[in-house]
Amino acid sequence: MSLRTLLGGGRRLMGRGEAELIPQGRMSGPMPWVIAIMVAMTAIALAAGLALGNAVTAARAEIEGGVTVQIVEPRADVRAGQAKRAVAAIKDLPGIAGLRLVPQTELDALIEPWLGTGIDDATGNAIPVPALIDVRLDRQATPARLAAIAKAVMPVAPSAKIDAQSNWLKPVFDAMVSLQLLAMVLVGLLALALAAAVLLAARSALGANRDTIEIVHLLGGTDAQVARVFQRSIGYDAAGGGAVGLVLAMVVIFALGRRFAGLGAGLVDNGALIWSDWLLLALVPLLATLLAMVTARLTVMHALRKML
Amino acid sequence: MSMTADGEIIQFDNVGLRYGTDREVLSDLSFTLFPGRFYFLTGASGAGKTSLLRLLYLAQRPSRGMIRMFGTDAITMPRSRLPGLRRRIGVVFQDFRLIPHLSAFDNVALPLRVAGHQEKDLVGPVRDILDWVGLSDRIDARPPTLSGGEQQRVAIARAVIARPAMLVADEPTGNVDPEMALKLMRLFEMLNRQGTTVVVATHDLDLLRKVPESLIMRLDRGRLSDPTGALRYPPRKMQ
Repeated sequence: MSLRTLLGGGRRLMGRGEAELIPQGRMSGPMPWVIAIMVAMTAIALAAGLALGNAVTAARAEIEGGVTVQIVEPRADVRAGQAKRAVAAIKDLPGIAGLRLVPQTELDALIEPWLGTGIDDATGNAIPVPALIDVRLDRQATPARLAAIAKAVMPVAPSAKIDAQSNWLKPVFDAMVSLQLLAMVLVGLLALALAAAVLLAARSALGANRDTIEIVHLLGGTDAQVARVFQRSIGYDAAGGGAVGLVLAMVVIFALGRRFAGLGAGLVDNGALIWSDWLLLALVPLLATLLAMVTARLTVMHALRKML
Repeated sequence: MSMTADGEIIQFDNVGLRYGTDREVLSDLSFTLFPGRFYFLTGASGAGKTSLLRLLYLAQRPSRGMIRMFGTDAITMPRSRLPGLRRRIGVVFQDFRLIPHLSAFDNVALPLRVAGHQEKDLVGPVRDILDWVGLSDRIDARPPTLSGGEQQRVAIARAVIARPAMLVADEPTGNVDPEMALKLMRLFEMLNRQGTTVVVATHDLDLLRKVPESLIMRLDRGRLSDPTGALRYPPRKMQ
């Protein structure tokens, strides 16, 4: 069955624009508001899913080729020497896109929130913070590439520990991907709920207008003509409800966006919606209207087949 | 007009109808209706007139037997072909069955709209027929605001507006004064002269005398009597 048949089958029954075969006021009854709520929830769930997807994608791209080499050595001079030799060894390896020995001042700044400053002056002993080498590979940090780095580094810096940055954040990514999937499942469930609500509304309208439908049938009206009346009525409700729902969703999404932007956390910052995401969100009420009309048509056609 | 080779428009063969598991309300009906004839269906209340009419206007399938309409087997034909057949049948229901929230105009225009007529093509005919049945000043009135007689006239206008091949009317003059009843019978006769087969169910024996060339179908407790043999197929004698 073509989309045109689904949405436009049958001739128009009403002319003059003043009469409806099925008496129903526009945006009256609970249906438009049910659709508004469904559309709002769907758009919010979809926005959450898209934002999580963006955050995961951006973070993955950022750390996919990242490798951290730590020189865990309590003696500062030995540590510094091994770090220098490790840098020299890594620099000559193939596939290295960037390399940086993290300066001691940055390392001090990292532990400052917990230990404060001036520890050596106060205790006479410096805390042996490992030296860090931030390595950027041109491709993903696979176990084979980590092994190649280890092979080059370990002879000159036996205190080195080598880790792919993506390993540390894997549980976080997994959690985010799970949340993204959950959001998509929610979108699907809401679409099903919308279809179910429309199905019930169409059945109820069919029951309430059974006499009229029988008359139209006896005058030679086709199932498609009758179904068109119902789908048009529900289509108007869905379009109106969908527009209201989208506005509600936009308010919520903007408000949440401002809240999350205020956190200033890297992962969250990466989750901003892009223009194609907004386009998808704008399609939600259109798709909801289409779904409602198709559901109404199929429901009515199915019910009419049981009538003579 | 599509008919069988021998020209009948409707053919019933051993038709029976029962509702649920009750006894048959119509039994062993075998008759033929010919194009351009005028039939009166009479019988006492409960004889099965309305049930027979429901079979004729395809609101009901029989429990047994064979029905051919316009050359088509109406029992076995696919449901999708029913609208095409129904558009060739005009029906005046005993209880009018007007759509209450539509104006008189829209009720009468419905068969034309269903058949796909353009809006500009139906305004004139609908106004004309409403004028003819004396309702030109009630064109925008909705059925609940019309009297019984006015509703009946709207129902008749709706039944004839599409110039059906067969007109089926269940007590069409039951709620109108004698003058309007005569006028409506003249309308039916006029349609009949133009080739429409007319079947009118009525209790009113005076009505039968107003159409002298009509044929009588008499139902008695679900069985059809055909004293003249005019309903038989092949007919004993065509008038």
